[in-house]
Amino acid sequence: MAGSGFFRFSSPASFYPLAGRLVPVFGWLAAALTVAGLYIGFAVAPTDFQQGEAYRIIFIHVPAAWMAMFTYLVIAGWSAASFVWNTRLSAMMAQALAPTGAMFAFISLWSGAFWGRPTWGTYWVWDARLTSTLILLFLYIGLMALRATIEDPRRADRACAVLALVGSVNVPIIYFSVQWWNTLHQGASVSLTAAPKMAETMLAGMLVMGLAAWAYTIAAALHRVRSIILEREAHARWTRELVR
Amino acid sequence: MNAGAAIAWGLRRDLALAMRSRAEVAIVLAFFLLVTSMFPLGLEPDPALLSKIAPGIAWVAALLASLLGLPRLFAGDHADGSLEQLALADAPLPALVAGKVLAHWVATGLPLVLLAPLAGIQFGLEPAAIGILVATLALGTPVLAWLGAIGAALTLGTRGGAALLALLVLPLAVPVLVFGAGAVESSRAGLGAQAHLSLLGAGAILSMVFGPFVTALAVRISFE
Amino acid sequence: MIEWLSMGGYAYYVWMSYGALAIAIVAELFALAGRRRRALEQLAEHAQEDAFEEQAA
Repeated sequence: MAGSGFFRFSSPASFYPLAGRLVPVFGWLAAALTVAGLYIGFAVAPTDFQQGEAYRIIFIHVPAAWMAMFTYLVIAGWSAASFVWNTRLSAMMAQALAPTGAMFAFISLWSGAFWGRPTWGTYWVWDARLTSTLILLFLYIGLMALRATIEDPRRADRACAVLALVGSVNVPIIYFSVQWWNTLHQGASVSLTAAPKMAETMLAGMLVMGLAAWAYTIAAALHRVRSIILEREAHARWTRELVR
Repeated sequence: MNAGAAIAWGLRRDLALAMRSRAEVAIVLAFFLLVTSMFPLGLEPDPALLSKIAPGIAWVAALLASLLGLPRLFAGDHADGSLEQLALADAPLPALVAGKVLAHWVATGLPLVLLAPLAGIQFGLEPAAIGILVATLALGTPVLAWLGAIGAALTLGTRGGAALLALLVLPLAVPVLVFGAGAVESSRAGLGAQAHLSLLGAGAILSMVFGPFVTALAVRISFE
Repeated sequence: MIEWLSMGGYAYYVWMSYGALAIAIVAELFALAGRRRRALEQLAEHAQEDAFEEQAA
């Protein structure tokens, strides 16, 4: 397989140097986008009429939530690929993405709490999106716990792939059920999705920060997968050559 | 051996095994009632409050009790090597697994459904609500059994223990919990429980159709 | 500047959020670097063992 077109980079050995070149590209892209996004968020976007300056948390809360969700789907994609093409590297990419996705899920919850307190009065609000993100965080922790518990890397690859795929099928169902549950109890809780009316600049700020988070995730995952490759291909010739 | 025979074989065998270790099964049921009893002790035995929270508590207790019984599903066979034999056998593994999980549900899930009215009485639930609670458990416990089977198969022989199994299964079981407990509330609010029951029914069917294949895959993965 | 930092009175909430993100990212960058360093150290050990074996052989 190695050498033919699309699959040229599917061997850890050939992907390793490619990833190495891409990490700084995406890293600097993330930094630039973050600067731009924060500029839009703090210098350009106006103060919100109702929420004052507190609403500016939205520029990290929403992008973090987006990335947590999106990353989980990407992990599911790599997991499916690892089954279809039986490539070690696909499973390694799934493994590499999980910690960053979990981090964004946590940040989304944390920033949601600090946004909720001044805006709605409590640190935690059982609205549909926050609750779904909490469950998503548990799904991430489950993936990482399963990976840590299974000693054989190939068995761990496949087990985590099954878990990720079952989880990803479940994510829309979970989201739907939590939405339903939330609307039933409309009176008792408030929704953080009833965000301030979006000025265009606010939306732009969120989008740019979302792109920044995306670029950062790619950079972090590519860096992590390089370490994973070194760990798991330790027996191979080319890795020994690296440290000579 | 064809699929039907394999299911019957797995069912018969595991039911016989369950009959022999009735104590193990009884413990799961005792745990269910124990958990439901904890809540009034931890809160206050105000009848209105208890009646209100009963569906949620019964459902959480059922979730936890079904988790408790899970290691039984594969642990015994895994320990004496017969699970590996089953994986290598001529009969289709999904069918064998289906028989096992069906037996597991009959031994631990079905009794929970039948015990639920007791929990309902503990909390002063009105008969109509008890009826709906039982119906949701009847439809939901098979889903829990399949989610648990997948989790148990993935974690075969690992040192993760019950906590890891709970971590994997509980998030996936959230929709079942929401629709199961929500059904009772919804019917109390006069909105009827049909939608909830239909969704639970759909979940039961989906889990019975896909569960065997995913679980069999997970079992095979554990043996590589 | 101080006025900007005080975020219209919401300083605590805004900076706890952005602060947590900053800490999380810095922590992740350190963790990434540490993981790479340990992987390379492990490889160096393996390479040394190889060298010994070659010598002994």
